[in-house]
Amino acid sequence: MLPFILKRVFQSILVLVVTGAIAFSMFTFVGDPIDNMLGQERTMEDVERLRTQLGLDRPVPVQYFKFLNEAAKGNFGVSYRQGREVSEIIMERAPATLELAALSAIFAVVMGIALGVFTAIRRDGFAANFIMSASLIGVSLPTFLIGILLIYLFSVELGWLPSFGRGEVTQIGGWTTGFLTESGLKALILPAITLGLYQMTLIMRLVRSEMLEVLRQDYIRFARARGLSNRVINYRHALKNTMVPVITVIGLQLGAIIAFAIITETVFQWPGLGLLFINAIQFVDIPVMAAYLMMISVMFVVINLLVDILYAFIDPRLRVSAK
Amino acid sequence: MTEPVLSIRNLTVEIPTRHGLVRPVKNVSYDIHPGEIRGVVGESGAGKSMTGNAVIGLLDDPARIASGEIWLKGRRIDNLSAEEKRAIRGREIGMIFQDPLTSLNPLFTIGEQLVETIQLHLKVSAAEAKERALALLDRVSIPDPKTRFDQYPHQFSGGMRQRVVIALALCSEPSVIVADEPTTALDVSIQAQVLDLIKELASETQVGVILVTHDMGVIADTTEQVTVMYSGEVVENGPTDRVLSAPEHEYTKSLISAVPRPQVKLHRFPQVSYGGRETTFKIEDLARNWHKPEPSKSGKLVEVKGITKKFLEKSAILPSRRTYFTAVDDVSFDIKDGEVFGLVGESGSGKSTVARMIGTLLPVDGGQIHFDGDDVTAMSTVEMANYRKQIQMIFQDPFSSLNPRMKVESIVAEPLMHHKILPPDQISGRVHELLDRVGLTRAAATKYPHEFSGGQRQRISIARALATQPRFLICDEPTSALDVSIQAQILNILKDLQEHLGLTMLFISHDLPVVRQMCDRVGVMKQGQLIEVQDTETLFVKPEQQYTAQLLDLMPRLAQLSG
Repeated sequence: MLPFILKRVFQSILVLVVTGAIAFSMFTFVGDPIDNMLGQERTMEDVERLRTQLGLDRPVPVQYFKFLNEAAKGNFGVSYRQGREVSEIIMERAPATLELAALSAIFAVVMGIALGVFTAIRRDGFAANFIMSASLIGVSLPTFLIGILLIYLFSVELGWLPSFGRGEVTQIGGWTTGFLTESGLKALILPAITLGLYQMTLIMRLVRSEMLEVLRQDYIRFARARGLSNRVINYRHALKNTMVPVITVIGLQLGAIIAFAIITETVFQWPGLGLLFINAIQFVDIPVMAAYLMMISVMFVVINLLVDILYAFIDPRLRVSAK
Repeated sequence: MTEPVLSIRNLTVEIPTRHGLVRPVKNVSYDIHPGEIRGVVGESGAGKSMTGNAVIGLLDDPARIASGEIWLKGRRIDNLSAEEKRAIRGREIGMIFQDPLTSLNPLFTIGEQLVETIQLHLKVSAAEAKERALALLDRVSIPDPKTRFDQYPHQFSGGMRQRVVIALALCSEPSVIVADEPTTALDVSIQAQVLDLIKELASETQVGVILVTHDMGVIADTTEQVTVMYSGEVVENGPTDRVLSAPEHEYTKSLISAVPRPQVKLHRFPQVSYGGRETTFKIEDLARNWHKPEPSKSGKLVEVKGITKKFLEKSAILPSRRTYFTAVDDVSFDIKDGEVFGLVGESGSGKSTVARMIGTLLPVDGGQIHFDGDDVTAMSTVEMANYRKQIQMIFQDPFSSLNPRMKVESIVAEPLMHHKILPPDQISGRVHELLDRVGLTRAAATKYPHEFSGGQRQRISIARALATQPRFLICDEPTSALDVSIQAQILNILKDLQEHLGLTMLFISHDLPVVRQMCDRVGVMKQGQLIEVQDTETLFVKPEQQYTAQLLDLMPRLAQLSG
């Protein structure tokens, strides 16, 4: 077990070093930072002085190492546009995105598994067929369109839910939360559904097909032959076996939820990291872009690492040390 | 005689299909008495498993009982509701399936699975259930039940798993056990142990056993009563001794005569001729188009010199702490031109690993393989392509060795195209010819593998293997997934090929009677080592090693049929 985890941690670090290189190269290739920082009226001396001051005259590998070193400490420099520490801006925006992502992940996983199991067990029922057909819409409609349709229905026509923003938020330490006020919760509903719908249908279809496959296995037949009830067979024996491959996909999809948040946040004007990133691109605010890129890749890597460990936890055959 | 514990009376099962009703079980009747083992024998599709499923109430939709009655201890059970049938399952009637590798849930410890079943049927506390589970594991002779209790199925060998399955079937002292091919997936030695266990349990606990099998040897060894089924009907019913020694029905006679004899070597395998299904197979036509292989330079086509294969058992960061499992340990033998060389041994003895190394599907970790004088382990890419053309493999499982998404024509044509043996316009002609020769019709070319039976699929595999006109054929348990009657057909095809085309063969099997019929020389493997190589006749009459003698002893014999 330990060598397995160490190997995965090592691979994760390798991935981060490579994405770090990509983030770093943005500074060099997407315009010259000196041009961005100094105005039109500058002297050659100013340019040289700033170059030395920022360490940009040193060899590229040295600069990269310095970048990694600073990035590991959470220091990504100063935003070109806002003139504030990037880490500060990110910390300010992160709660909004993380709360949204967490809620839509819970929505996608819980609903996806529940509906997947339901449609697998009632394979030929009317409700199951209806859900399967309806899920095609979830898979095929683009996120922004779903968002706009939901806004039209629930905000414009029915007027039940807000169409943009986070509503009222409460400050707890460095964290702002929308979970504690009514308007904050209301504001979360539409973006969370929009963001999680695609993942939900994906998880549901995957759970359904995996479960149908598992229900065909000999050990399920043998469980029936032992007289176990359908409930025990479906929810104890079949579901656990179904989850083994599903967990990998869920792990990848959770990362995707955070990454896809860009579109949802734009549609709902959600003051999170996605919106920050979109604005940063418009203004070529490279430190913010680099920091965002690094943060997303850290999350992806960490989630997948956890999934791998969880995988070994569920499936005894992967516990190498068990032998 | 005591009252029968289970009676099947005129049972008919029907399946509605697009082409009308199909009746896989027709008017079947038999009884099981307490402590009695009743064999039910017949080829696949004869309805023997379907009868067992009907008894336990597990017919797959849309199959249903059309008429007839099933009585369990004086109570009629065929017309019970689904819930009532479930209450009987596992409690009154236990079931043992064919493949112990797949009948246990891999994600639960065997203890969890046992306790779950015991608690369901006996309504006892968890602690009592555990105690009973440990006693059951001990009862089925699993060593060290306390440790084993918390282990997962993958930590058990095939034979041990089948013992766990038997323990599960015994959880609540059922009165009947339906054992559906319980030993087909096991080795000879393990098979003997499991059958002994079943016999012992039957006489001790007075449980009645329905033993469904296609293996006549198992029937002869284990059962007291036998029911012979053919296409859904019972053709013969009676005490095993009588049925085997003086069969009354033509089908039984022909089935018995098709069993490969361990005692004598016959020129061809007798086929089951009942029902006019014997297919003619004209190998001579194929021979005309076949350019005879050149004799090898040394007279020895294949020389295996001290090959070794190690698998990583426990991984570790430091190379010194890794442990390896030696699957094949310094094995050497050679195969002469035109010879059929057999490899026998229990599963895990490394026979298939040897075959895979010769077939270059696995790299060797040591030693050399010479093919017609050239070292296979040191060939260039071009030489390797040429070598691969000259050797072909036939695998055990005809269901998984054919790509289900490819039509038969593409499957057989693939090696022809890959090795650029024929120009594209001649390929389809050759494919049809090959299919013809293995006894399949031309119409087969446009179908997919799932439309064929196991025997037919194995014919497709043979056609594919012959497409490149190989000099050397590796057959890895080619018939162990097949019925006796189909097995005879396939083995005859292989024998004819070998004779008429001058093929050299490596034939791997755990079925010793088959090996005796097929092979010129035989090597015996044990735990990765080749312990004995002999002429077939010598090996079967006067084995040198004690282990070989033991293996031979374990063969289920049809003592009554020695003539």
